[in-house]
Amino acid sequence: MDCSLLRSLINRYCAGEENWVDSRTIYIGHREPPSGTDAYIPQRYPDNRIVSSKYTFWNFVPKNLFEQFRRIANFYFLIIFLVQLIIDTPTSPITSGLPLFFVITVTAVKQGYEDWLRHKADNAVNQCPVHIIQHGKVVRKQSRKLRVGDIVLVKEDETFPCDLIFLSSSREDGTCFVTTASLDGESSHKTYYAVQDTKAFRTEQEVDTINATIECEQPQSDLYKYVGRINIYQDRDEPTARPLGSENLLLRGATLKNTEHIFAVVIYTGMETKMALNYQSKSQKRSAVEKSMNTYLIVYLCILISKAMINTVMKYVWQSDPNRDEPFYNHKTDSERQRNTLLKVITDFLAFMVLFNYIIPVSMYVTVEMQKFLGSYFITWDDDMFDSELGEGALVNTSDLNEELGQIEYVFTDKTGTLTENNMEFIECCVDGHVYVPDAICNGQILTGTVGMDMIDSSPGAGGKEREELFFRALCLCHTVQVKEEESVDGIKKGLQPCGKSSSVYISSSPDEVALVEGMKRLGFTYLRLKDNHMEILNRDDDIERFELMEVLSFDSVRRRMSVIVKSSTGEYYLFCKGADSSIFPRVIKGKVDQVRARVEHNAVEGLRTLCVAYKTLAQDEYESVCKQINTAKLALHDRDKKLAEAFDVIERDLILLGATAVEDRLQDKAADTIESLHKAGMKVWVLTGDKMETAAATCYACKLFHRNTQILELTTKRTEEQSLHDVLFDLSKTVLRHCGSLTRDTVSGLSHDVPDYGLIIDGATLSSVMKPTEEGSSGNYKEIFLEICRNCSAVLCCRMAPLQKAQIVKMIKTSKEHPITLAIGDGANDVSMILEAHVGIGIMGKEGRQAARNSDYAIPKFKHLKKMLLVHGHYYYIRISELVQYFFYKNVCFIFPQFLYQFFCGFSQQPLYDTAYLTLYNISFTSLPILLYSLIEQHVNMDILKRDPSLYRDIAKNSLLRWRVFIYWTLLGVFDAVVFFFGAYFLFDNTTFTSNGQMFGNWTFGTLVFTVLVFTVTLKLALDTQYWTWINHFVIWGSLLFYIIFSLLWGGIIWPFLNYQRMYYVFMQMLSSGPAWLGIILLITISLIPDMLKKVICRQLWPTSAERIQNALKHSKRDNVSEFSPHSNLKTSKSKSSEHRNPQPTRSGRLSKKMMCTHWGGNDYCTFNSFFSFSDSPHNSSASYSDRGSGLETSV
Amino acid sequence: MMASSYNAKEEDGQLSGAAGSGGVGAGKSKKPDNTAFKQQRLPAWQPILTAGTVLPAFFVIGLIFIPIGIGLFVTSNNIKEFEIDYTGIDPASPCYNCSQTLTWNSTKPCVCKIPFTLEQSFESDVFMYYGLSNFYQNHRRYVKSRDDSQLNGDASSLTSPSKECEPYRTSDNKPIAPCGAIANSLFNDTLTLYYINPNGTESLVPLQKKGIAWWTDKNVKFRNPGGNNFNLTAVFQGTSKPVNWQKPVYELDTDPENNGFINEDFIVWMRTAALPTFRKLYRLIEKKNNMIPTLQRGNYTLDITYTHFPIQCSDYPVRRFDGRKRMILSTISWMGGKNPFLGIAYITVGSVCFFLGVVLLIIHQKYGNRNNSAEIPN
Repeated sequence: MDCSLLRSLINRYCAGEENWVDSRTIYIGHREPPSGTDAYIPQRYPDNRIVSSKYTFWNFVPKNLFEQFRRIANFYFLIIFLVQLIIDTPTSPITSGLPLFFVITVTAVKQGYEDWLRHKADNAVNQCPVHIIQHGKVVRKQSRKLRVGDIVLVKEDETFPCDLIFLSSSREDGTCFVTTASLDGESSHKTYYAVQDTKAFRTEQEVDTINATIECEQPQSDLYKYVGRINIYQDRDEPTARPLGSENLLLRGATLKNTEHIFAVVIYTGMETKMALNYQSKSQKRSAVEKSMNTYLIVYLCILISKAMINTVMKYVWQSDPNRDEPFYNHKTDSERQRNTLLKVITDFLAFMVLFNYIIPVSMYVTVEMQKFLGSYFITWDDDMFDSELGEGALVNTSDLNEELGQIEYVFTDKTGTLTENNMEFIECCVDGHVYVPDAICNGQILTGTVGMDMIDSSPGAGGKEREELFFRALCLCHTVQVKEEESVDGIKKGLQPCGKSSSVYISSSPDEVALVEGMKRLGFTYLRLKDNHMEILNRDDDIERFELMEVLSFDSVRRRMSVIVKSSTGEYYLFCKGADSSIFPRVIKGKVDQVRARVEHNAVEGLRTLCVAYKTLAQDEYESVCKQINTAKLALHDRDKKLAEAFDVIERDLILLGATAVEDRLQDKAADTIESLHKAGMKVWVLTGDKMETAAATCYACKLFHRNTQILELTTKRTEEQSLHDVLFDLSKTVLRHCGSLTRDTVSGLSHDVPDYGLIIDGATLSSVMKPTEEGSSGNYKEIFLEICRNCSAVLCCRMAPLQKAQIVKMIKTSKEHPITLAIGDGANDVSMILEAHVGIGIMGKEGRQAARNSDYAIPKFKHLKKMLLVHGHYYYIRISELVQYFFYKNVCFIFPQFLYQFFCGFSQQPLYDTAYLTLYNISFTSLPILLYSLIEQHVNMDILKRDPSLYRDIAKNSLLRWRVFIYWTLLGVFDAVVFFFGAYFLFDNTTFTSNGQMFGNWTFGTLVFTVLVFTVTLKLALDTQYWTWINHFVIWGSLLFYIIFSLLWGGIIWPFLNYQRMYYVFMQMLSSGPAWLGIILLITISLIPDMLKKVICRQLWPTSAERIQNALKHSKRDNVSEFSPHSNLKTSKSKSSEHRNPQPTRSGRLSKKMMCTHWGGNDYCTFNSFFSFSDSPHNSSASYSDRGSGLETSV
Repeated sequence: MMASSYNAKEEDGQLSGAAGSGGVGAGKSKKPDNTAFKQQRLPAWQPILTAGTVLPAFFVIGLIFIPIGIGLFVTSNNIKEFEIDYTGIDPASPCYNCSQTLTWNSTKPCVCKIPFTLEQSFESDVFMYYGLSNFYQNHRRYVKSRDDSQLNGDASSLTSPSKECEPYRTSDNKPIAPCGAIANSLFNDTLTLYYINPNGTESLVPLQKKGIAWWTDKNVKFRNPGGNNFNLTAVFQGTSKPVNWQKPVYELDTDPENNGFINEDFIVWMRTAALPTFRKLYRLIEKKNNMIPTLQRGNYTLDITYTHFPIQCSDYPVRRFDGRKRMILSTISWMGGKNPFLGIAYITVGSVCFFLGVVLLIIHQKYGNRNNSAEIPN
């Protein structure tokens, strides 16, 4: 390496101070470099202590309290509690202090315990022994004492204690194998390479003599990115510089496998390791329900404040008469009298606030959180979402979004690995227009392909033969596949070949490459291994050919191609390049471009993934200049990627086209069915893919995203080349809107077959020009038109998308004026950005690692599980949580409103209506469990029906159960009930007695009567709402009522020595001993429940929702044929059903047809009945329609 | 449309079948348990509130409530109640003089006699109440102004009453027993009832003062200090009487079982009323003889003996806040005193339910058929 370049580089970096801090210099083994090298500013590095704990012993109490009181509920409680402490308030501070104390303590203990565990784990990690080299000897040290620059020795199966640069290995070729399961979940073995110049230092003594410095960037969180440079000082003064990349970097958390030991130097320690940097929490996502919950809370806060204000004003109006303010029987103390009026007003206001504070259902937060946390277990437990192949079920990474799953309007899905299996199979290759199909060759024949194909017989001319073999060799060489011998297999096996001679396995991060190499093997060229930088190929004649691997121009998603430069045994340099057709064709100068292009397009339409292969030969000097270019770029510390890309761009030019390959990626199981269901559920499905348009479109047809009668609108570069973007957009919007004008939107987005629905295809380039702001500022306009078009399309396909563009699209839809709820689903690292961007991000535990699953909110094994996730779980959770929220507001209105009314009868003196115990326990124990249980297990419609009838999902779309109308209804119902409780009791008590011994009741009996009615009404209201009565519901509902009674008996049963008042003594029992009290309670409960019941019945009868229609229909069918749909018999019946359906026409009975109707009810428009009637009247008719649709199920292109 | 649902069904069957058989072999550790609870398939009763199911309920409620209501209403109507207002606002009223602060001297209690006539005889036990209105016994400052442990006989609370009793906690540096505003404002008009025989002579109607307070209050919640009901003077040594009282608490009655904190009038007063207009049980008039009604029809006199408030210098003063004082004589049924509300409410609710039942029936017949017809083709 010429030193002047390095010098100039260093000088450049030294020039700017700020640049210098961007990188760090590490002396390996703390060995000072020979004098004369540039001085550097010494930096302080943290020690290798990992601190995942949040608290220390000293700061636990203040920090934890601060953390806890940052939550709105706790803070509100705290304020109320403080107010109660400071001023003289009607309720004792215990009423809010006790629950607060309880919640805070429990949370603190839990967090403390978790933190203690973390401390323990940290200590275990920090103190675990590591071996470092000091003065040529191996020394044991605690992990936390590692410092940057130390040389460590890591043995097999040990975990790396910090981020290391790989110096040398016990393996001869200077490689080692590593699993990064704890980092990104990929359990496959990855190969890392030791630094070229140090890999010869094999023993500790040798290693200790290494005299080198490493310059590298400061730590950053990207696991797969690393740029650095090592300067090795050998005997001479001039150092040798080598680039360092992520292939030299061993990350903390990864484990060494299949390698006896390695030596490596510490570069990042402690909290600066990439693993620690990656533990930063993701931004919080909040669900729509939570947002409306907060809005309602604000409304209730306003109600609370206005109530307190009304009462304060009324109090002073009422008190203006001194005989009322201070009658002879009720004097104030002197201090009260002398108090400042303003202070009095404020105190009174606050006292009223405290009295009514329960109207803000603080316990709702706790309940909602518990519901979400516990409820999410049903997702992980779900057997239907368990994939036996993977051995894993669904994963819930955040439980905050459960109900959001029921609100999805837009689904953005990745194609590869999500809709498709990402299980590649080599289908064919095409060399100069000759098509080779491996199986056919294997059988000794050549398949006579499709008609019209340019096909030459199996023995082409000599030139052809040569080209053919070159092509095969190219594919055998141009890849990054590793070969793993059978004996060392303990990772996941990928692509074990069935008929090969040697028992080796190909491993690669890209399944396409494995498929290609395997395909080559079936065509006679077997890639054996990479040994001493020589790739070995077993050719058709069972001869081993060796090529020296000179350079790998690795794949990236921008270039969409990769190349290798190899030197054949005869000394020729070859560059082989393979990549997407769009990135190869422009670079080709020779070859049968037209034939190959035709074949590629043909394959793309079939939905196959195509790659083109090209090559060029390099002369010695050419190679050297190439080498130089690449090394220059590789040594750059800054913008290395850009420089590399530029270098590659120059190198990969003037290629000669060899041919193309086709690899099939099969559709996932039931992908089409799932997409159809999502469509029926009213969701818009967008496919975002990096694939080329034809391939993607074919997949979209196959998975029913587009139907045959879908009118495809294209917004692609092809079109925008002919017309300006402006015109195209306006044309399309005109087309779409013309139809829209005559039809309501619902039917457009629906599935009615007579209406042509639209599908839009857009590609990345056009998209960016649509989104790009132009000078005239008309971009907003384009965006609007584009959104308008999208809104009217049921399906959109975006192809040729870069990862960031996916996120852009999601963001664009998310922020469009309707603010729809979006869901993004994907499996690969390229989907992470959109998964993070969307309201709900779902990761598929795919073959491309766990990146997506780790960053998602939910992870599922297969795309088909999305159906159950949304249609069943999402639906249930939404129904449950919306009831939970509304019910909580309702029950607290019922609770507090009587107290408000009571102020009008007690001189606005803030006298509480209920006893302290009742005030405290109402939300905590008397009414908490039934709603929690309801919100965990309520099912209004059986899950099989939800799955079968996706249109039920539309019932709850757009947050329909938490609209203002519903909220106001619940609140008014609460007010009505409160009025009934209060005035019912008022008239019962009105100046008379209702005991048979003539004795009178006091104010506490009055309050207890109201409270008893309240608890019963509120619980029974929930019982009326419950539509799924399991034994747990029975237990909890009746149990909590019983608990209330037992508690009241106990509470009033004895003189409690620790209380300074005994006002509840025998109050409850005396009340129950009076007959009219019983009658009154029954009467009031009945009156409170009737309106709601009436509303429910009438609404169900006159304006039923589709879910209610289904229920009605089920009920009728049940009457006819008992418990057909009960969950127990479900399994059995569905089995028998399926057997019946095998030969549907003759055996279809009346009973069956009735069932069919049930499942079909509530389609997008309710006129489906008609079609059904005709169906049951004339079976052949329907069977015809069946076969019609049936054909649609198969690949339609 | 048809066809796709068809597929879904078929797949369902296969899926559940596969899960059942294949589950055992593969990945047992991570595989979720296939319990009914975890799969959300617990057996459940799924009631649906439709017009059809609710209909009978409404009719049944109607049929039950209306008779109950009628019964309650009749019972309430059969209760005899007589009420007399003796506030003395009207100058013509016999009590006018006594209620004027300045007109009576403090040595001799003021007595006023109000004659009244009972048109009907009261056959069963009669309960005598006094009623106050506009009196806010439920005012917060008032309600809490008591010390329950003092009233329960706690020795330490006797000498140092709770702070809640302020400003009725101490007087002359001595603790007040019983302390607090409630005790201080004990109702102290004495009511006596005379029957005027046809021959013109007055005979005292015997009023029984035991049994007007809750049994538990008298026997458990209220106790004299030390549980000693006899030597009360000594027990209350060192305490002061409430400022408004003329006599200390241990002179409320001569009967040791009804004196001090366990005086029933006192206990009754200490149970604060729920609403500003209230009545409290004052005396019982027991039926002695099955042959003679408890109170015959005829003329009576109500004698009200006022005990003046030392500080206020007046009768039990309610006029300043537009209060009223009443005396009520009432018989009692099993459902308590006269209160037509419950009966009327039951009848109303019963009829409304019945009416709603009819409405629902109509709806059910008219609109229910629409749904039902849908399931039967043709």
